[in-house]
Amino acid sequence: MKYPLLAAGFCAIANVAIAETPVLTVYTYDSFVSDWGPGPAVEAAFEQTCGCDLKFVGAGDGAALLARVRLEGPRTKADVVLGLDTNLTQTARETGLFAPHGVSADLDLPVTWGDDLFLPYDWGYFAFVYMRDGVTDAPGNFKELAASDLKIVIQDPRSSTPGLGLLMWVKDAYGDEAPAIWEGLSDNIVTVTKGWSESYGMFLEGEADMVLSYTTSPAYHLIAEEDAGKAAAPFSEGHYLQIEVAGKIAGTDQPVLADAFLNFMVSEGFQTIIPTTNWMYPAATPAGGLPDGFETLVTPQKSLMVNSDKAVGVREEALAEWLTALSK
Amino acid sequence: MANRAFKITPVIGAGAGAILLLLALILGPLWALLWRAEGPATLGVADWAAVRFTVLQATLSAGLSVGLAVPVARALARRQFIGRGVLITLLGAPFILPVIVAVMGLLAVFGRGGIISAMLGWIGLPPIHIYGLHGVVLAHVFFNLPLATRLILQGWLMIPSERFRLAASLGIAGRDVGRILERPMLRDVLPGAVMVVFLICLTSFAVALALGGGPKATTVELAIYQAFRFDFDLGRAALLAMVQFGMGAVAAMVMLWVAVPPTMGSGLDRTVERLDAPVAWWDGILLAVISLFLVTPLLMILFDGVPNLFSLPSSVYLAAGRSLGVALMSTLIAVVLALILALMVVRLRRGAVLVESIGYLVLAASPLVIGAGLFIALFPILDPVALALPLTALVNALMSLPFALRTLVPAVRDIEASYGQLADSLSLTGWARMRLVSLPRLRRPLGFSAGLAAALSMGDLGVIALFSDPESATLPLQMYRLMSAYRMDQAAGAAVLLLGMSLMLFWIFDRGGRANADA
Repeated sequence: MKYPLLAAGFCAIANVAIAETPVLTVYTYDSFVSDWGPGPAVEAAFEQTCGCDLKFVGAGDGAALLARVRLEGPRTKADVVLGLDTNLTQTARETGLFAPHGVSADLDLPVTWGDDLFLPYDWGYFAFVYMRDGVTDAPGNFKELAASDLKIVIQDPRSSTPGLGLLMWVKDAYGDEAPAIWEGLSDNIVTVTKGWSESYGMFLEGEADMVLSYTTSPAYHLIAEEDAGKAAAPFSEGHYLQIEVAGKIAGTDQPVLADAFLNFMVSEGFQTIIPTTNWMYPAATPAGGLPDGFETLVTPQKSLMVNSDKAVGVREEALAEWLTALSK
Repeated sequence: MANRAFKITPVIGAGAGAILLLLALILGPLWALLWRAEGPATLGVADWAAVRFTVLQATLSAGLSVGLAVPVARALARRQFIGRGVLITLLGAPFILPVIVAVMGLLAVFGRGGIISAMLGWIGLPPIHIYGLHGVVLAHVFFNLPLATRLILQGWLMIPSERFRLAASLGIAGRDVGRILERPMLRDVLPGAVMVVFLICLTSFAVALALGGGPKATTVELAIYQAFRFDFDLGRAALLAMVQFGMGAVAAMVMLWVAVPPTMGSGLDRTVERLDAPVAWWDGILLAVISLFLVTPLLMILFDGVPNLFSLPSSVYLAAGRSLGVALMSTLIAVVLALILALMVVRLRRGAVLVESIGYLVLAASPLVIGAGLFIALFPILDPVALALPLTALVNALMSLPFALRTLVPAVRDIEASYGQLADSLSLTGWARMRLVSLPRLRRPLGFSAGLAAALSMGDLGVIALFSDPESATLPLQMYRLMSAYRMDQAAGAAVLLLGMSLMLFWIFDRGGRANADA
């Protein structure tokens, strides 16, 4: 009789122990959680201090992530959603699923940040990336690119976040002139791919001279592959800014942990991981500065960004123009 | 047929169950989307442009693939040469490749930096331009020519060898063999082959779009993508999915209207041994050209990936293991469902058309809509993430069902027509009849179907993407993750692993099915 009782007692203790380790569920995009993304390191660092189990759930890319949260609605299992960008935050805000983050951090963004719902964790500029030995005379703006016979590969704004970024970039820089720019670019565009991976793969295989990516892409090749042969072309119009943000779900059952995570997200422990895993600029530059190699990257003269509350309207107009210009 | 001794009830019952399952998985998600949608949806000008382009390219692709497949299948059917078996297995390869891998392989041959452009460069010619409608069609022919060849080859192999012997002994040769034996068979097989390729091209080429060159080359599936991801307009996504169904349904009706009952009759059940085959040198040239067209891109994929094959992170191998499990489960489901449906189709006089059409409608379904709909339907009750792998296996099984049906239905029909009366007169029924009459004769199509289902499931990315999590990533998904982390080299290695595993599965099942065939 004694042993079963004892065993039952241990089981009860074990159960309590498991129950006492709270789980914080963070929805994010796929590449964040992969072995090569920031996920594993962030998880280890946060779990050292939180006394919790941090669980990342990958849900496709940025746009699919928001769709997933909207599919789940108020009953979502997520406590925090990490990986939306400024083109999506207004839509995310309108769902009413998010609560104020309440974090006041000292951020190093190219713009001032005043969003009470969404907190940035990294940022980057969209840019056209090329191989130095393939393109000797890189264009300095969209008009030069359109006039050149360089071949570019871009992503479809209807399925890809960088593709959408390019759409907003041209629209923000040129306004009513945007359709003319697209018509000029149409003979440079080799093809339009569904996502970034296809484009970048095609670029590396030599299908195009330039690819729509980020100013930070050359850092990957430089740091991880010790290849200094890739560069981003600085454009005189300025570069469109992508700020990646996270937000707390209003109905979370772990509000304290969620707050702790958001505070951790803008601290050293998280921010030092970002540059060489997500290949973006950290939202708060760590005390040790950026990793070696980042100083070689192009820093745009001007940051372009459509305010998130106007983003949806601008997107619809720009998308219609894009379709018309490129379908001719 | 009316006095058949075969116990009809269990087959019909199981068949009805299978159809209900199919309908639930295909139409249920659509209903779930409409139910969750806010407000009515409409289609814009761009959507109709997408519909037009979709139909145009699918028609061209289907016509070309099947048109080319006829002479290739004939050459394969009447020639014996060393490496024929290998070639037939390789024919399965393009179709089961993950689309993105295949596109990279094609670009390595036909692209701006590809082999052909390089060779043109040597003689001072500009590189070829692959992007545009012709690029999309090229990719589709690459994917579907082999499938069409296999489907038509099945038809050729199903002509009883006695017919060819008889023809040879009667001194019928050349053109007349075509007229008397081959043309009726083609009349029977071609509509189905055209339709299968048409439906594949209708839906599953979001990535082949990479060769389309721009928004002119837009498909309905891409419009669904946008409606779901950026607009979260579930109503519009469902509406577009219905348009896709509509196109599939129209195609299905046309094909079933064209289709005729088979007229071949029965023989002594031996494989073809041609005595009449004319010395046709063009068979050899044709096979060489087609092999070159199909194999060179595959070689380029190997060339890129093999050096990285042994430096893959362990997570890739874990994902490969999961994919293998999913593929095997999916194969089992697909083959069982297909066999049940095929047995039912052959037994029903009316409604057989309906049953067959439902199988084909699966092809017109949008994986994204199925995924989202299942998510909506399951989320209130269960955790869809925990079910990610079983659901993937189930949906993958559905996706390969039409191919399995296409292969099994004619075979079952033939067996019933040829041996049904004999079996009836022996009062051979139920499981004994299955074991003694049907299954041994179904080995070849069953093996082929199983191989196809397994390989297709290995390479599929469609449904899992929405509710996968890091612990349940499949190999194609893991490959994508490598790519989005800039690790294109390792992704190429993973692609070779994927290609190898898919081919191996296909070969094992297909081989198993052909074990007794004395070809």
